[in-house]
Amino acid sequence: MLEIRNLHASIAGKEILKGIDLSVQAGEVHAVMGPNGSGKSTLAQVLAGHPGYEVTEGSVSYDGRDLLAMDPEVRAQEGIFLAFQYPVEIPGVTNAYFLRSAYNEIRKAKGLEELDPLEFLDLMEEKIKLVDMDPAMLNRSVNTGFSGGEKKRNEILQMAVLSPRLAILDETDSGLDIDALRIVAEGVNKLRQPDNATIVVTHYQRLLNHIIPDQVHVLAAGRIVKSGGKELAFALEEKGYEWVSGGAAATEVAGAGSGAEATA
Amino acid sequence: MTEVLKMPDASSGATPLPHAVSRQAYRADFDRLASSHLPTEPDWLVRFRAEAMESFETLGFPTMKDEDWHFTSVAPIADRVFHPAKPAAVSPETLSKLAFLKPDGPALVFVNGHYSPELSTPEENRATKGVSVQSLAEAIRDDSAGALQSEIGSAATSTSSAFTALNSAFFRDGALIRITADATIGPIHLVFIASASEGMVAHPRNLVVAGRHSEATIIESYLAADDDSYFTNAVTEVILGDGARISHYKLQNEGTQSFHVGTIQARQPRSSYYESFCFASGADLSRTNVYTVLEGDSAECVLNGLYLADGTQHMDHQTYVEHVAPNCPSHELYKGVLDGRSHGVFNGKVYVHPEAQKTDGKQSNNNLLLSEHARVDTKPQLEIFADDVKCTHGATVGRLDETALFYLRSRGLSYSVARKLLTYAFAADVLERLALAPLKESLEARVLARFTG
Repeated sequence: MLEIRNLHASIAGKEILKGIDLSVQAGEVHAVMGPNGSGKSTLAQVLAGHPGYEVTEGSVSYDGRDLLAMDPEVRAQEGIFLAFQYPVEIPGVTNAYFLRSAYNEIRKAKGLEELDPLEFLDLMEEKIKLVDMDPAMLNRSVNTGFSGGEKKRNEILQMAVLSPRLAILDETDSGLDIDALRIVAEGVNKLRQPDNATIVVTHYQRLLNHIIPDQVHVLAAGRIVKSGGKELAFALEEKGYEWVSGGAAATEVAGAGSGAEATA
Repeated sequence: MTEVLKMPDASSGATPLPHAVSRQAYRADFDRLASSHLPTEPDWLVRFRAEAMESFETLGFPTMKDEDWHFTSVAPIADRVFHPAKPAAVSPETLSKLAFLKPDGPALVFVNGHYSPELSTPEENRATKGVSVQSLAEAIRDDSAGALQSEIGSAATSTSSAFTALNSAFFRDGALIRITADATIGPIHLVFIASASEGMVAHPRNLVVAGRHSEATIIESYLAADDDSYFTNAVTEVILGDGARISHYKLQNEGTQSFHVGTIQARQPRSSYYESFCFASGADLSRTNVYTVLEGDSAECVLNGLYLADGTQHMDHQTYVEHVAPNCPSHELYKGVLDGRSHGVFNGKVYVHPEAQKTDGKQSNNNLLLSEHARVDTKPQLEIFADDVKCTHGATVGRLDETALFYLRSRGLSYSVARKLLTYAFAADVLERLALAPLKESLEARVLARFTG
C-alpha cells in the first residue's frame, strides 16, 4: 500500500529525514518509535503533505501512485489521515460543520452524493460512541477550549468519520491519562480493517500495549536504525533509546557505502 | 501612500485652492436649488442650509493633513464634480435581489436619495402603534409647528465636517422615525439604492427620535442597481430618550466604482443603550463615521463592525465615543478582511471627560490580510481626563494561520474552501453578536461567498 524509498526531507534548509525506507501493507499496523528530534513527526507530516517541508530526495508511492505529487487535500480524499500531535483550534467553526464539510468533500471526490445535515447527524451519533465523547462537543468550535484528551479524542472521531485507508497517528498518546489512552486505542482498534493500515508514531511503548503493532521501527537522527516485531518496543522500554542511538552512529559509519539498506 | 491632492494647473486658469473646481460646482448647484425648490421650505431650513453651505466652503474637503483623514485621500471625490442625483426607477425584483434581507417590518426605499412610494411599504400598512416612519421631506412639509427645527442638526453639526455640511446644504430626503415613549418596535428598514446615477451625488438624511424607554431596531442599507461612478453622502442622526434602546445596523454594499461617506451621530441621555453595527463590502472608496456622545449617567453603547475589501477598494471606519457622563460602558469590536490590493483604515477614539468617572471603555480592531498587497492602518486612541476609569484598546493585523490551513486541507478540504472557512471563522465572533438572526445569516453567507480565492 505504501512504499517509502530513501526519503529525505528538510524544513527551512535543515535536513530532518535522511533516507527513510518503509513498506506498509494493507491490514498491517506499524509503530514508528524514536527519541525527541529523531524525525518521527516530520515523517508523519511529510506523508500528510505539510507544505512547510521540502522533500529533497526519494519517493513515496501509495497504491502505486506518486503520493508526493498530491496536494494534502487529495491525499485525504485518497484515504490518508493524519491524527495531529497538536490538533489545531479553529474558533468560529463548529465541530459538526467541520466534520460534515470534510466528510462531504471526500464523498464528492469519490463521486458519491453528499449527506445533508440530518443524515450526517445519524452517522455522527454512531461514530461518537466509539470515542465516548459528549455529543455537545459537536456544537463547539473545533478543538477550541478542549482539554488535551478531548482534542485527541476529537482526532479519532474525525478518523472514524472519514474512515481512511491509511491512518497515521502522531503521538496520539502524548498527554493522555490511562483512561483516555484506552478509549483512543479502542477507537483505533475498532476501526481496523483488513484493507486498512495504521502507522502509530510514538515516543513511548505504552500505547502499543493497546494497539498491537505488526512491526516496530526505531528512528534516530532521521533514519530507521532498527526494525523488528512488537518485542522491539519492549526492549526499547527496558533499555532506553541510547541502546539504538549508539547503533545509529554505528550504522551511519557502517552504512556509509551501502546506504539505508543497513536498516532494512 | 502619498498624498494625491491635485492642484489645478496654471493653464486651466483656475485658482490654486485645492478642489476649487468642485467647490465652485457645489456652490453653483446650491444657488440653483435655492432659487427653485428651496423657497418652498421653512425659513429655518433655508437658513440652516445656507449656513451649512458656508461651513462647507470654509472647511473645504479634508486632506490627508487632517488628523481624522490621515490614511484616506478623498481626492477621488473632491477632484470631481458630482451633480445632485435625479430620481430613477428600480423594479421591485431588482430591489429584492440586491437587498440584504427580506423586510419583516415597515420599509422606506429611496432611489438616488429620492423617496420611492412604489417600492416602500404603503403608508396605511406602515402605521404601527407607537411609531411613525415617513419621508423626511414630507415631514418637513407637514411640520407647521417647526418641531424639526430643534432636532435636525442637533446631533450632527455642520461646522466640523465638510461632508456633513454638504449633506445639510443639499439633502432632499431621507427617513424620519419617531418612536413613542415605552413602545417596542420590530425592525424598520431604510433602503437607499443607486440607479443610473453616473456622476451624481445623493445626500440621504435620516433622523431617528426615540422616546423615553422605547425600544427599536433600524436597518439602514445602501445598494446599487448599476455599476455607475456616483457618490453617496449620508447622515443619520439618532436622538435617544432616557432609557431608550436602539439597535442600528448600517449595511453598505454600494457599486464597485462608487464613493460612500456615511456618518451616524447619536446622542445618549441617562440609561440609554445604543448598539451600532456597520457592515461594509461595497464602494471603491468609503468612509463610515459612527459618533456617539454619552451625555447621561449610565448610558451604554456598543459599536461593532465588519468590513470586507478586495481589488483596489479603500475602506475607512472611524468611531468616536465621547464619555461626558459617569458610569458609562462603551464596547467596540471592528473586524476587517482585506484581499487583493485593498486598503483598510480603522480610527477609533474614546474621549473621557474629567466628569466621566467609572467609565468602562473597551475597543478592539482586528484585521485579516489575505494577500501580500493588502494593507491596513489601524489607530485606536484613548484620551482620558478622568482618574477612575477602566479603558482598554488593542489592534491586530494578521494573516491566515498556515497550520490551520494545513489542518483543514489534511481533512480533504480544498485550499480555497479552507481559506473561505478560516476567513469566515475570523469574522464569526463579530457576527455572532448580531441579535437579528436573518441578518446574521445574510451576512454569514456574504462572508462565505466573498473570498473565493
